Amino acid sequence: MAILELQGLAKSFGATSVLKAIDLTLASGEMLVIVGASGCGKSTLLRLVAGLESASAGRILLDGVDITRQDPSKRDVAMVFQNYALYPHMNVAENMGYALKLRGESRAAIAAKVEEAAALLGLSELLARRPAQLSGGQRQRVAMGRAIVRQPKLFLFDEPLSNLDAKLRVSMRAEIRRLQKRLGITSLYVTHDQVEAMTMADRLIVMEAGRAAQIAAPMEVFERPASRFVAQFMGAPAMNIFDPARAGLTDVPPGTMAGIRPEYVELTADGIPFTVELVEPLGTETLIHGTLRCGQRLTLRHAGPPPSQDGLNVRLPAEALHFFDAESGARV
Amino acid sequence: MKDKPDYLAHGVLLLGVALFVLPIWVMIAGATQSAGAIARGDLSLIPNLRHLGIFGQALFFGGASRAGYPVWHMLLISFAMAAGIAAGKIAISLISAFAIAFFRFPFRKLAFWTIFLTLMLPVEVRIIPSFAVVSSLKLINTYGGLTLPLIASATATLLFRQVFTALPDELVEAARLDGAGPLVFLRDMVLPVSRANLAALFVILFVYGWNQYLWPLLAASSPAYTTVVLGIVQMMAPDQMTPWNLVMATTTLALLPPVVVVLLLQGAFVRGLTETDK
Repeated sequence: MAILELQGLAKSFGATSVLKAIDLTLASGEMLVIVGASGCGKSTLLRLVAGLESASAGRILLDGVDITRQDPSKRDVAMVFQNYALYPHMNVAENMGYALKLRGESRAAIAAKVEEAAALLGLSELLARRPAQLSGGQRQRVAMGRAIVRQPKLFLFDEPLSNLDAKLRVSMRAEIRRLQKRLGITSLYVTHDQVEAMTMADRLIVMEAGRAAQIAAPMEVFERPASRFVAQFMGAPAMNIFDPARAGLTDVPPGTMAGIRPEYVELTADGIPFTVELVEPLGTETLIHGTLRCGQRLTLRHAGPPPSQDGLNVRLPAEALHFFDAESGARV
Repeated sequence: MKDKPDYLAHGVLLLGVALFVLPIWVMIAGATQSAGAIARGDLSLIPNLRHLGIFGQALFFGGASRAGYPVWHMLLISFAMAAGIAAGKIAISLISAFAIAFFRFPFRKLAFWTIFLTLMLPVEVRIIPSFAVVSSLKLINTYGGLTLPLIASATATLLFRQVFTALPDELVEAARLDGAGPLVFLRDMVLPVSRANLAALFVILFVYGWNQYLWPLLAASSPAYTTVVLGIVQMMAPDQMTPWNLVMATTTLALLPPVVVVLLLQGAFVRGLTETDK
């Protein structure tokens, strides 16, 4: 059953079109991650669903009801903000229970729900603290708790982990995903971090300049990128794009650029001669940057320690190659 | 950080403190001396402790107003006026700043600049028209007449607008998503978060109201509404011998309520500053 449905949703600020006709359907309990570079319209999309911006065109349906023109407070969606947006003058329990209090629930009911959510998030000891007395990770949890307590139809996450340090980000990432699965709440999650996008999503929507460049499951996006943009955006280091004719490849579709992920480039004894320019050892693997004989740049990821010899040859396996239209960038 | 105390800085500060304290000290010391000695310019800086009763005497001194209202009555009038002005100013400017900061409505900019322009129109400039309005509303010699014309306040509106626009947008949005309407948002978020500014502003506005002279002189011609500031002036009648010791004692008493307000609200002010992280 579709919980959230976007039909031709568009937004422009004055003459600038930020979001161009997005169509999207979210199944119940699904985690859909919106990923894209900054300024691609991903936050705008989220804010339209939240009701914090009003749509220029199109419709938003939540549970079959048109909420396009509804006030955010009536939409029954909860949002976790990048800077948490906790109420500074309220303690953790009051922060989490505020929406319930406004709904007119009894004090006992609120306390019970807050305690349940706090236990789930490991916040039980901190209920009496103010946000200022919490660490970044704890604030993040409170922001989560505030959303959970309401039991909304839809969760919205606006880059919730980008203010945390790298280590905490990894653990919170897993924790959010676990909670979301366990509670079965349909979620829209905005991020610019492709690892976050890959690991958390049931499905991904890769945004490019206000358009959805691809909507698919993470591995599908990785293995069959719909365009050159998606191919280069997802994956680090980015996919190598080169002219297949100049690299001496045969049997290629005409008028295309070829792409290959650094993981699939093989070092061989005989193949295309490759001049190494920079070697980045990462411990278990090595990134090697260099140029092909024809002068085109190539990065490859090599398992294990850096190879010793200078003159290397590479092989570009045909099954790992992607082809994109040279003009439009669309997958061929 | 220096380990050695900075003697020069301390010296300058002490000098500044002395500059402020000296007149107050002269006032307190003067109150305990005889009127004649003060009039002769024979004022000693050592208070005469046997005459401390003068402060009690001043409280009940009725010679200042024509109808014989005692000083404590004037203090009450002054207090009611100052508190009314401060509370009224805060209420009005809070609501107008709230509207300007959080809502998008037609002529919002115009409204803001109109409020801003009134900064150029203090009571002294508009005193005749203000008096005409108040008098035609039959508000002369009422609390309303005493306070209302002083309530509209651009300064407080501007200050609150500044505080409100400094609130993060996400806070406003989080509250909206939690289901808070505008008035609930005002009550649950804006007021608690700007508590420190409220306290600070109340102090400033209270002192402003307390010190009003010109407007009460016009709007409260009845002795029943004489404020303590007016009372002190009336004590210094040119045609008779001024009881300088009583004037000084009354002045001392007149200083106390603002001081108390400052001391009381200082606590909330500091607490508010240390607790919030906006």
